[in-house]
Amino acid sequence: MDGSAQIDDTWSVAGRTFRSRLIVGTGKYKDYAQNAAAAEAAGAEIVTVAIRRVNLSDPSQPMLVDYVKPDRFTFLPNTAGCFTGEDAVRTLRLAREAGGWDLVKLEVLSNTKHLLPDMEETLRALKLLIAEGFQVMVYCSDDPVYAQKLEDAGAAAIMPAAAPIGSGRGIQNLLNLGLIIEQSRVPVLVDAGVGTASDAVISMELGCDAVLMNTAIAEAKDPIRMARAMKHAVIAGREAFLAGRMDRRMYADPSSPRAGLI
Amino acid sequence: MATGATQLQLIVNGEDRAFDGVADVAGLVRALGLDVRKVAVERNLEIVPRSTYDKTKLTDGDRIEIVHFIGGG
Repeated sequence: MDGSAQIDDTWSVAGRTFRSRLIVGTGKYKDYAQNAAAAEAAGAEIVTVAIRRVNLSDPSQPMLVDYVKPDRFTFLPNTAGCFTGEDAVRTLRLAREAGGWDLVKLEVLSNTKHLLPDMEETLRALKLLIAEGFQVMVYCSDDPVYAQKLEDAGAAAIMPAAAPIGSGRGIQNLLNLGLIIEQSRVPVLVDAGVGTASDAVISMELGCDAVLMNTAIAEAKDPIRMARAMKHAVIAGREAFLAGRMDRRMYADPSSPRAGLI
Repeated sequence: MATGATQLQLIVNGEDRAFDGVADVAGLVRALGLDVRKVAVERNLEIVPRSTYDKTKLTDGDRIEIVHFIGGG
């Protein structure tokens, strides 16, 4: 270890290997150009995307893929806005046809106020998707029991919410997140709820494999600068996790030696 | 009978639309001015693979969804 960033510190999901541990969303930006610049500044290799109807009245409208290019980023299509397993399967079949990728993000929501996942329906949807050959990264609650059920059902990654989507509240249950990280044999990503760089650092210090965020960057006053901050935060947290933190002590321990005092 | 026979009534992305001279999915995507490489099409809840657009005939009342990737989290 020479103290430089770990060049070979990679992580893998569904047979694909990545160097960046920061996945960014592509929603809520001023425009697609700012969105692309933020994704670049974040050093992201994966971006989440949504599937929606094309605008028939103006087919010349700018398209995401013209700015955030699928040959530069791995697209992770989501099922945002889906409330049933069938909706999610239908959406991701279209995503697979549009992009040709089988790596997807499943989110089945319960309630438009808090957007927390409906875990019973999420687990059912996961089984439907796996039966159709999808590789599924699953947005979930921070419940270690359901996280285990998802893994047992074949989830490619477990992605607990730190806090409600877009709330920027940071990690609400460090203990549960720690339990999920400890028990999981597939990658664990904090997905949703990150508000600022320290939230990303804490997630990575806990031992998460990666962090997924959208609003924390898109709604910053300067999104490009926040994207850069998040890139550094994720690297810092990861390096601290790998380095292994010092033990906590009850009392002070001087850094300058007592011996030789004049 | 000659021209009227070619008009096709479809429900595209939830809207009732009529098309002249459109017979298949490839023709529909073209008529709408969309880039075939950037969209995915569903016909009556079934995915239409891109490679079969010109073989997939359309009939009156077909429910078509045409989607693409947009920004999302």
